[in-house]
Amino acid sequence: MFWYVALIICGFALAAFVLARGRALSVVDGMAAELHSRPSYHGLYSALVVLLTGITILVVASVASDIWIGNQLRASLPADVKALPQIQQERIIEDARRINAGDIVSQNVAVEIADARQAVAQTFASLSSTRDWLVSIAGLLASLGMLALTYFQIKRRFRARNFAERIILGVLIFSALIAILTTIGIVLSLVGETLRFFSEIPILKFLFGTHWNPLAGVFEGTINENSVGAIPLFAGTLLITLIAMLVAVPIGLMSAIYLSDYASPRVRGFVKPLLEILAGIPTVVYGFFAAITVAPLIRGTGESIGLNVASESALAAGLVMGIMIIPFISSLSDDVINAVPQSLREGSFGLGATKAETITKVVLPAALPGIVSAVLLGISRAVGETMIVVMAAGQGANLTWNPLEAVTTVTVQIVALITGDTEAETAAGPAFALGFTLFCVTLIFNVIALRIVQKYRQKYD
Amino acid sequence: MDQRVDTSLLEPQRVVLPGEAAPETEVAARGVSVHYGAKQALFDVDLDVPKNSVMSLIGPSGCGKSTFLRCINRMNDVIDIARVSGRIELEGKNIYDADLDVVELRARVGMVFQKPNPFPKSIYENIAYGPRIHGITASKADLDALVEDSLRRAGLFDEVKDRLQEPGTGLSGGQQQRLCIARAIATRPDVILMDEPCSALDPIATAIVEELIDELRANYTIMIVTHSMQQAARVSQRTAFFHLGYLVEEGDTNRIFTNPTDPRTQDYITGRTG
Amino acid sequence: MADTATIAAPDSIHTSDAAHRRLKRRYAFETRFKVFGIAAITLAILALVSLLWTVFSNAFGALYQTNLVLPVSLSAERIDPGATNDPSVIRRGDFEGAVKEALRTALPAASGRRERRELYGLVSDGAALDLRELAMANPSVIGSKEPRVLLASDDANLWIKGYLGSIETLPTDGRATPIGTTGSIEIVAEANVFQPLLTVVKESLLKKAAAFERQAMLQQRGVSYFENLLSQLGDDASEQRADYERQITGYKNREASFTEKADAIRKRAEAPGGREAVDSDLSSFLVRINGGVVKVREVSADTVRGDVILPLASEAPVAANAWQLQRITSSEVSRKVSDRQIVWLEELRKSGNVSVDFNTRLFTSSNSRESELAGVWGAAVGSFWTMLVTFCLAFPIGVMAAIYLEEFAPKNAITSFIEVNINNLAAVPSIVFGLLGLAVVIEFFGEDIFNQDLRSTALAGGIVLALMTLPTIIIAARAAIKAVPPSIREAALGVGASKVQAVSHHVLPLAMPGILTGTIIGMAQALGETAPLLMIGMFAFIKDVPTGVMDDATALPVQVYQWSDFPERLFEMKTAAAIVVLLLFLITMNAIAVLLRRRFERKW
Repeated sequence: MFWYVALIICGFALAAFVLARGRALSVVDGMAAELHSRPSYHGLYSALVVLLTGITILVVASVASDIWIGNQLRASLPADVKALPQIQQERIIEDARRINAGDIVSQNVAVEIADARQAVAQTFASLSSTRDWLVSIAGLLASLGMLALTYFQIKRRFRARNFAERIILGVLIFSALIAILTTIGIVLSLVGETLRFFSEIPILKFLFGTHWNPLAGVFEGTINENSVGAIPLFAGTLLITLIAMLVAVPIGLMSAIYLSDYASPRVRGFVKPLLEILAGIPTVVYGFFAAITVAPLIRGTGESIGLNVASESALAAGLVMGIMIIPFISSLSDDVINAVPQSLREGSFGLGATKAETITKVVLPAALPGIVSAVLLGISRAVGETMIVVMAAGQGANLTWNPLEAVTTVTVQIVALITGDTEAETAAGPAFALGFTLFCVTLIFNVIALRIVQKYRQKYD
Repeated sequence: MDQRVDTSLLEPQRVVLPGEAAPETEVAARGVSVHYGAKQALFDVDLDVPKNSVMSLIGPSGCGKSTFLRCINRMNDVIDIARVSGRIELEGKNIYDADLDVVELRARVGMVFQKPNPFPKSIYENIAYGPRIHGITASKADLDALVEDSLRRAGLFDEVKDRLQEPGTGLSGGQQQRLCIARAIATRPDVILMDEPCSALDPIATAIVEELIDELRANYTIMIVTHSMQQAARVSQRTAFFHLGYLVEEGDTNRIFTNPTDPRTQDYITGRTG
Repeated sequence: MADTATIAAPDSIHTSDAAHRRLKRRYAFETRFKVFGIAAITLAILALVSLLWTVFSNAFGALYQTNLVLPVSLSAERIDPGATNDPSVIRRGDFEGAVKEALRTALPAASGRRERRELYGLVSDGAALDLRELAMANPSVIGSKEPRVLLASDDANLWIKGYLGSIETLPTDGRATPIGTTGSIEIVAEANVFQPLLTVVKESLLKKAAAFERQAMLQQRGVSYFENLLSQLGDDASEQRADYERQITGYKNREASFTEKADAIRKRAEAPGGREAVDSDLSSFLVRINGGVVKVREVSADTVRGDVILPLASEAPVAANAWQLQRITSSEVSRKVSDRQIVWLEELRKSGNVSVDFNTRLFTSSNSRESELAGVWGAAVGSFWTMLVTFCLAFPIGVMAAIYLEEFAPKNAITSFIEVNINNLAAVPSIVFGLLGLAVVIEFFGEDIFNQDLRSTALAGGIVLALMTLPTIIIAARAAIKAVPPSIREAALGVGASKVQAVSHHVLPLAMPGILTGTIIGMAQALGETAPLLMIGMFAFIKDVPTGVMDDATALPVQVYQWSDFPERLFEMKTAAAIVVLLLFLITMNAIAVLLRRRFERKW
């Protein structure tokens, strides 16, 4: 329905363009030069007003009417259902919507709830079709009205171009605000669920508990506050990140140093694209690589020297994640190493320093802030990386520092909770709480890293 | 200072008594040509630089004077496409010989650059850098003494003695350039090359640096590239004029500026070409 | 300063012997440092090579598909008894029966329920479906009996392509006489022909004995562990003591039993001659004699006993080298295809009924639980719809935002906040965007605006990926717009254009190649993104090819993730093949970006 109405409104906008353009010409008897704005601008102004008004009214009416329907449905619940807790009432309305959409809902409910659900579904169906019509008519009428309004606005001195440009500027500003809206959306959606979760579970139990099995008591409909301790997840994430950085930082940094200060242009022209390929490979491919090649290799090597290695060891996941981050570290370090002025290198060479001395004693100290920020960004990436650990790290929350054992990470648990079979309402709590933690941690790393980079840039510009 | 300091480090390596006749040659260039890729930048230069004197290299921009200067401590090695041919002898030894070590060469031939380029470290660390990498001091006390001595010789010590641990980049332009000169001295070179050392400085700072150059002459052989003829006249005993990659004329500074033999030198000095 | 003038020492501090020794050390460090750099780059390249090798070597196995070409009788009474030619009737025809009959005809030796089931296992379920499709599209084939291409099952496919082992022939220098032609028979040879086989079996017995001995040793370790604990125990912990002693006895008993077993086996292995069973965890051995095939069960130096897989023609004695002893290099327990199936397949291969063809199904069919039927087409189409939505949202919004920020925005706190915000958004983990999609796109857009469940639709996936790609595009577009020199704007403004006109007529066209390059790179990132799509349910098993953005869909990287989780070997190869397809798309996109940059790059 929405699509069709939106399409019709686009048609109106097109019509508005043609009509307004024609009228502008006829107002001045075809002498376009007498108009303040060229006829096309009259058309553009009219079309923009029609389109934007129509779509805005359509969206606003849709949202408003949906909220209204929600309230109607809640009001229509029978008295015995209203006596139930708020969450269960919401569940019934949610299920009713699903029944209407033809989806399957849980059959494992009491008879009176099933009945209430059916009743609500029927109310919803009738309200919903009425609403679709009303919303569509509102959108269409609004755009038609604007068409007429702008049509009769057209005069010789009407400053259509200025108005059209102002509208365009508004659209541009709105586009720029989408980035902000996205951030707000992320924060609100994460905070909302997280707060709901922490209203049931004390936050300290989540942050400092050492036992993680959030869905243990889920069939009783409650979450056990003693089994949502995220410490094993944080430790696992930390362990894998640590391994990854131990691989990525030396290799990435040394590659960058070699490429910028030692390699001949030919070697550079050959190696740099290879590193870029490494950077462009999707993480799911790294995950496959970890699961198919690296994990068995580590396990085999470990066993041949008599070590007990888990098939989903932290070492395998960390190693492959490190490989993924190598090009990231090397390209960022390359930038900062190249940003160190050549005059400093010459000053050092002029005093008789060797290349290695110049790099370790002059270039690297000068580039240190940039390298630190590259490492911070790398850590933030490793912490937030999902597919490699989902495919190569374990599921069980295991509190250990042994890299040969299986550990789990924050992202693995988010995926497990959301894609698992558990009811979305129950699994969302711990998942969003983890997501919020992840967001905060990576945000802190990013902000610090970007700050450092900014300061560093000022220094050499 | 009651610590025992290796005073030999603080002594000038070579002091020439006033009035000593016929100074020996420190640097001798024979048939030096430089190519940048396919382009030839320097043609067959022969030049003798006497010990303990200041030699100015002058000429219009792009004449090859900086290129020639950079040959003397092989800084052109840093540029991939540069190719140097001919001989340059430092105390009789060809610096382009295969067995000569470029690191050792640069330790003996120090360089000061056009733009002051102190390292982003403290003043002390800037000076100590050279002695440290070459390992020429045995103790912390030696190093401290060497740093102080170098700063004194560069005439900077009194200005910075209270803030040796502050970053060298915080000094004024003239101070920075003197810091770079002190840094070069600290490595105990025989020759100091200066590539337009005053071009980024204001007139007052320039005067101080010029005075310094004159003082340093007693202990070092100095080659200075400058675009200012007045400066060449003020600081140097001998002057070499370069034009389009050729060494046109070389001689006593006074003679070059008063009685040049080559018409190209004449034109340059009188301002007909620039 | 020295107060007397002295002549310098002949050796300067830079040319002394000590200086030269120092220099040597410094150069050693220089070399080490350089070697580290080369090692780092080598390691990085090695990682890339082994990653690509993993992918491509595995993908190669999925590129070819084994088919059995057998005459299939599509009789009318089985498929369309009323001769209606009505597709809905033909759909219900017994194509499976036709396939089974064809197999029985080709290999009449298979008898009994178990053997029949193994026989039918040679062919995929997809074979009957292919025939059904053929008959529905072209009813004239009904009633015909012609060779048809039947898709082999995944295990048969893997055997034929050589992934499950191979057959090697051992020398047989002696006459052999079979006793019996069907069932369980003995074959007697005149010399000790089977000695090598017996040796193999005995070697494996030795290995087993060694394994038991190792077990016994491990028990010993348990004993000494608890004995150690026991010795540290105080006098009063009698309960603990009893427990430890119980443990020790247990370990000792187990050690004894392992040792006993090991000794027995070792004795058997070391005794000459004798008769031993060929276990299924050893390589399988076959005897080809008199046109039949016997699977060896027991072996002695001159006799084997075994089960007939293909019946023998006679009991006639056979001269040396006119019969064959064969070894299947893999053991039967290690593979899903049985020895019997292998013999049949080899028989079919010999008679020319097996063909290995390019696997078009991989590119044209959708997801399936059967590894030999699964293809990437559905996922590729899903990716297409998702990317379409992403592009339609992210490109215009990103460009407009960049234009605003670069050309119109006043330099104030709000603008700089937006900038910081965009930079940070670019580094938010993708899974967080997935959670945003779950909470906002599905709840808000789904229920409030479209009034439809958007879970696992390309629309929801596209919106989430668009939000994720937006910062990349904005940053790239701003850089491209910034690169257009101000003189161009001034020229336009100077002839009386409005700011909007100057930007849209002059700046934007000049910046477009740069913007497009950035957009393509952003889209390539989005194409490889998996985690956010998992969050909004695009990992669901979807068999149908999506026809629009509102259909349930999956995407290529999600398909890769899903298949990598399946245990079948063929799925592993198909996962790699799907990765290759994904990489090809990415390479194409990046190549276009590079070309754009080369073609339109301008130096101002």
